[in-house]
Amino acid sequence: MSAAQWRKAMNFSDAGRNWSGGRPVAATPSDARSATRSAPAAQAGVSLGRLWSHIRWRHVIVLAAVLVYPWIASPFFTYQIGAQALALGLIALSLTFLAGYGGMLSLAQMTVAGIAGYIVAILGVSGTPEISLGWPWWLVVILAVAGATLAATFIGWLSVRTEGIYTIMITLAIGMAFFYLAQQNYAIFNGFQGFQKVVPPVVLGIDWRGPVPFYYLALFWALAGYFFVKYLTRAPFGIALQGVRDNARRMRALGFSPVAHRVAAYAVAGAIAGIGGVLLVWYNGLISPGSVGTSWLINILIIAVIGGLRHPVGSFIGAIVFVLLQNFAIDLIDRERFNLVIGLGFLVIVLFSPDGLLGWWDKVKEWALRRTGGRRSAGRSNEWRSVGVPQVRPVGRQ
Amino acid sequence: MTKRTAKLFGALTGAAIATVLAAAAQAQETVKIGLLATLEGPFAAGGQDGMRGAELAVKERGGTVAGKKIELVKASSDAKPDVAVNSTRKLVEQDKVQIMVGPLSGSEGIAVKEYSKSQPGVTFINGGSGAQATTLLNPSPNFFRFNTDGGQWMVGLGDYAYNTKKFKKMALVAEDYAFPYSQVQGFMAEFCKAGGKVTHKAWVPLGGKDYSSVIAKLPQDVDALLVVLGGSDAVNFLSQYEQAGGDKPMVGGSITVDQTVLNFKGKRRESLLGTAAAGPMADSIDTPEWKKFVADYKANFKDGFPSPSLFAFVYYINMKAALDALEAVKGDLSGNQEKYREALKALKLKTPVGEITLDENRQAIGPTFITEVAKGPDGVFFNKVVKTIPKVDQKLNLSKEEFEKMGLGSRDVPNCP
Repeated sequence: MSAAQWRKAMNFSDAGRNWSGGRPVAATPSDARSATRSAPAAQAGVSLGRLWSHIRWRHVIVLAAVLVYPWIASPFFTYQIGAQALALGLIALSLTFLAGYGGMLSLAQMTVAGIAGYIVAILGVSGTPEISLGWPWWLVVILAVAGATLAATFIGWLSVRTEGIYTIMITLAIGMAFFYLAQQNYAIFNGFQGFQKVVPPVVLGIDWRGPVPFYYLALFWALAGYFFVKYLTRAPFGIALQGVRDNARRMRALGFSPVAHRVAAYAVAGAIAGIGGVLLVWYNGLISPGSVGTSWLINILIIAVIGGLRHPVGSFIGAIVFVLLQNFAIDLIDRERFNLVIGLGFLVIVLFSPDGLLGWWDKVKEWALRRTGGRRSAGRSNEWRSVGVPQVRPVGRQ
Repeated sequence: MTKRTAKLFGALTGAAIATVLAAAAQAQETVKIGLLATLEGPFAAGGQDGMRGAELAVKERGGTVAGKKIELVKASSDAKPDVAVNSTRKLVEQDKVQIMVGPLSGSEGIAVKEYSKSQPGVTFINGGSGAQATTLLNPSPNFFRFNTDGGQWMVGLGDYAYNTKKFKKMALVAEDYAFPYSQVQGFMAEFCKAGGKVTHKAWVPLGGKDYSSVIAKLPQDVDALLVVLGGSDAVNFLSQYEQAGGDKPMVGGSITVDQTVLNFKGKRRESLLGTAAAGPMADSIDTPEWKKFVADYKANFKDGFPSPSLFAFVYYINMKAALDALEAVKGDLSGNQEKYREALKALKLKTPVGEITLDENRQAIGPTFITEVAKGPDGVFFNKVVKTIPKVDQKLNLSKEEFEKMGLGSRDVPNCP
């Protein structure tokens, strides 16, 4: 197929629109690389007016809702439901980016977040002054995100040569190795007990520990992460990454390096997970090996999958559902049986919609369009499946 | 983002407002008590039994206190401090409980105590957690603990080992975290003072499987071993020690020589006879109060253990304290629960093991029982009470100066090689 078709197909999140900002795309395959390279220039030329035209009513409503939310909700809902879902969603977003756009299902995203959390606790201020160095918060946060990015790059470098289930296994092994290191090392990680009293700093006279300031802090980074991923998946790097996901051999033939793109994707995901990890350690006020144990490695996968891997917003929707179930399942059913409700909830979502909750959204939309006889019922959501290459599903190439 | 998210947020907000209104309407007729224990994770069985203990205290009063109905709101954690704080926050801020009982394990207790400082309108009473630091370092004015801690549980054992069992030199094998540090401190403070020596300390990671290198390093010239391990760690260590040909007598921590270890099969079982240990309770206490407690437990919980576990016991006394004090102030929780807290502080709590009072840090002063493994007439091994130490305080019955000089227990504190 032609490069134009290919590019159109790659751009599955919105196949109807042209990724390069309406500029006529090159028609010959030999021109593919140069076209990709010159894309940033084209993107920079996009006027604010064009940006406005992308904004729909639903965007405005959601943005207004999340901004107003802490003023309506109780501190509990602001902090424990809202802020926790945003922090977890940000970590799951890194997995959505890796798995949905890069086709690499990494179980070590919580480990990366945990590394950032541990760096905050060890270099910053905690309840264990014998180990914690008490450096200023801004330096600690920069080092934490940098450390997480480095660790993620290393994990990526180790695991990109594997595919599918082997990627899952190797990242799980790395996650478990870090868990046991944190649990059994007392000199640096303080072993089983971890670190207590790791709290956000007081900056500009605002105590960022408070429910409302912390919610906005988490919201800012969640939105930043969301828009960054949205941008990146349409930037040349993101397009190439999706190309690598769908057909690495063809991309290599076109002159791209699949390994370099995958490792770079891990690094980017690591930075996002690192920010999420800093938020999460501040949210909890503590970090212990339990925070990076198997259950949490899996929980991040659950959040990403129940939300849907197709679109970055899926991770946040998944996180909201996850946090609500975690908190309120025990009210529905007594005692130790409440985990059954959580399990059933996840099962129902995955069973009836392999694409997570986002899949339901599309089904509802399709159904509504069919009822009203809409012309767009061709199913925009299904466009990405019709790509003429064999492996098109975001997860589990092969 | 999508409309779905917007709808969700709307629903959330609605739910939040509804709950707040509901809570306000209910507060008059009932008293809401939050109950947190570990229903998941490594202590799931213990957490469930803890809940039984707390329920027993409520049942004894017929479900009412000072004419008000008791409404228990339960929550679960998995022994991780972050989960414990999340569950507590839900009970306090969402379910609007007035009194909070829990959590179960040590690091959870420290985390919940820190959280309690941000909720001055709610009174927190410990569940089962036994870390010293909870009430000793930066205590919280609204956190109360009616069970004694891991250090107190060992008071009297050091003296018993040195003077009665005539152990002069000992080696130590213990798990490497806060609870065993406290237990070892409780033992060594007395043992060292009496003139004993602990020449070798082996701190092992929690959840270890292979103890061969630890056993190989144990010195041969000691009289006995102090083993502070719990659950499967204790069973693993004892069986591997037996296989390696170890023959030293042992002294155990409060959760070392429990039923799982006593039911342990093998040659080594016989050599467990005479193993001394200590704790805040023992199965064989010979008082009518204790026997009544055990009988009540058995009558109420057909699915429970053969006799109440340590967790059932500590949750029972903490919940009983919460209710007794509530009765004393006739259910008056007004004025930021000021009167209620005064009543808690002044409480002389009648428990199955005797009277428990609080010190100035709102920490329990209560009895400790020294036990020895004995063989019953039917061949069943059990822990026989050999000595009772009444009124053990958090400073391990040392003077304030002496205790402060020693500091909190850690890998190197106390030390007498």
